[in-house]
Amino acid sequence: MAAQARYARCIDEGRLEEWPEFFLSTCIYRITTAENHRLGFAAGIIWADSRGMLEDRVAALRGANIYERHAYRHLLGLPLIDGAGPQGTRAETPFMVARIMREGATDLYATGRYLDLWRAGQDGTPKLAERIVVCDSSRIDTLLALPL
Amino acid sequence: MPDHNIARPVLVPPPEVEWPDTLSRVPYWAFQREDVAAIEQRRVFRGDTWNYLCLEAEIAQPGDYRATTLGGVPILAVRDHDGEIYAFENRCVHRGALIALEDFGQVREFTCVYHAWSYDLQGNLKAVAFKDGIKGAGGMPECFRMEDHAPRKLRTATICGLVFASASDTVPPIEEYLGEEIVERIERVLGGRQIEVIGRFTQALPNNWKLYVENVRDSYHASLLHLFFTTFELNKLSMKGGLIVSESGGNHVSWSAVDREAQERQAATSEYSAQNIRSASDYRLRDPSVLAGIDEFGDGISLQILSVFPGFVLQQIQNALAVRQVVPRGVDRTDLHWTYFGFKDDTPELRLMRLKQCNLVGPAGYVSMEDGCVGGFVQRGVVGASDRHAVLEMGGHDALSTRTRATEASVRGFWKAYRELTGL
Repeated sequence: MAAQARYARCIDEGRLEEWPEFFLSTCIYRITTAENHRLGFAAGIIWADSRGMLEDRVAALRGANIYERHAYRHLLGLPLIDGAGPQGTRAETPFMVARIMREGATDLYATGRYLDLWRAGQDGTPKLAERIVVCDSSRIDTLLALPL
Repeated sequence: MPDHNIARPVLVPPPEVEWPDTLSRVPYWAFQREDVAAIEQRRVFRGDTWNYLCLEAEIAQPGDYRATTLGGVPILAVRDHDGEIYAFENRCVHRGALIALEDFGQVREFTCVYHAWSYDLQGNLKAVAFKDGIKGAGGMPECFRMEDHAPRKLRTATICGLVFASASDTVPPIEEYLGEEIVERIERVLGGRQIEVIGRFTQALPNNWKLYVENVRDSYHASLLHLFFTTFELNKLSMKGGLIVSESGGNHVSWSAVDREAQERQAATSEYSAQNIRSASDYRLRDPSVLAGIDEFGDGISLQILSVFPGFVLQQIQNALAVRQVVPRGVDRTDLHWTYFGFKDDTPELRLMRLKQCNLVGPAGYVSMEDGCVGGFVQRGVVGASDRHAVLEMGGHDALSTRTRATEASVRGFWKAYRELTGL
């Protein structure tokens, strides 16, 4: 729970450089939609299988990609713990994300759920081995720059 | 007191400025006016054009259908038991309700939910509920003939697994419409292959549809706006490449291949640094596997962007393959439907490469996210400037194929086809 809250605060405060640290070095991070998830389509809006790819994503957002300045506000629902196994703890957490644009427009940008696999990292704190972000809608407004 | 000497305003103004008789000027009112959008519906989308509907792979079996659109008009694309593909407007002939409410599915027939009128897979009206009334009362009059009523049907054509439709009886056959060079470049990617969909996403763009299809044809912007491409040397204007513009102007291919010799020359004298362009940063990837790919078409071409007038795109960026359907949703809104695909015979290694390379494209794509916002920057930028125009002079004034991509020839080509059809 604390890690979830820290994850949301990290993105919402724009401290993207710290965002990959929530993940194990070998990890899955994928953003998809409910329809793609239901149909078993493997591609994602973002598709990463290493922390390095998440670091690259942040580097690209900071140094390469062009988008209008904006911020998110995550509201997380209650996590449903799906049970612990040798691989780690599976959890499903609903979210709503508002997007606040440079000129002030605040809109509901995405709703969905995190399908997580949490496991203790080397320092003993819980880390994400897997986070599949399943957006409820298949429409993305304008673009998706900041991670969800 | 009102001043009765002031001139009466004209409430429905004509275009504030004439569209000059050149391909290198586009008045901004073309992106703003409702009446222009109405003309486009009639003369472009319902005119002599072929419009992408879906992939054959999405309606592989008899009874399979996909609810799609032609310029925003709801369309059903259906595979019938004769193996043919039929397309008709998704609108009941009775009171105009949508016939199918799901995006896709498999059916024996279509039944409108409103009054249960039903249609066969070719869009023919087959049954009207209570047609003969109840207990001899009510019902349709004697003169009502079901065969006189059908949703508007479209001509369909397929090429390499792509399904196109036209509302026109006079549009030339699809191969002629595309042009030989465009057909060859479609076959280069799709010929003899079995497509498998691996993802579908919709990007809602805050701009007129023409700003997006201009962007797709704009080979000039690629390495200037999309820094990621340039930094990782996927696409520099000094790479080997070129531009094909079809005779109509409306269809295009922009391609590039790694030119080893030019790469070495460039290492010595950076043309980019000299231009003081943002494209000269030197960060490197922590996990370069995102770019790992193979030359799957055996010709060294790492990028091929192909467009078909008005709103279709076939994309090959390394091994990231996708089709894009551009759908107007009002003068300042556009839906961009992405369908990512691979082939049925992909090895697991190749499929993994596609999944990773798909990070380059789509709403969060390293090299395409900017295209989602830049049209909005124009749409907002030209507010109050309907008497001004865009300048499209890079590479000259014509709309011809060329060996350079430092040109706006294919953007001018789009306007050539557009003006020919609309008469604007």
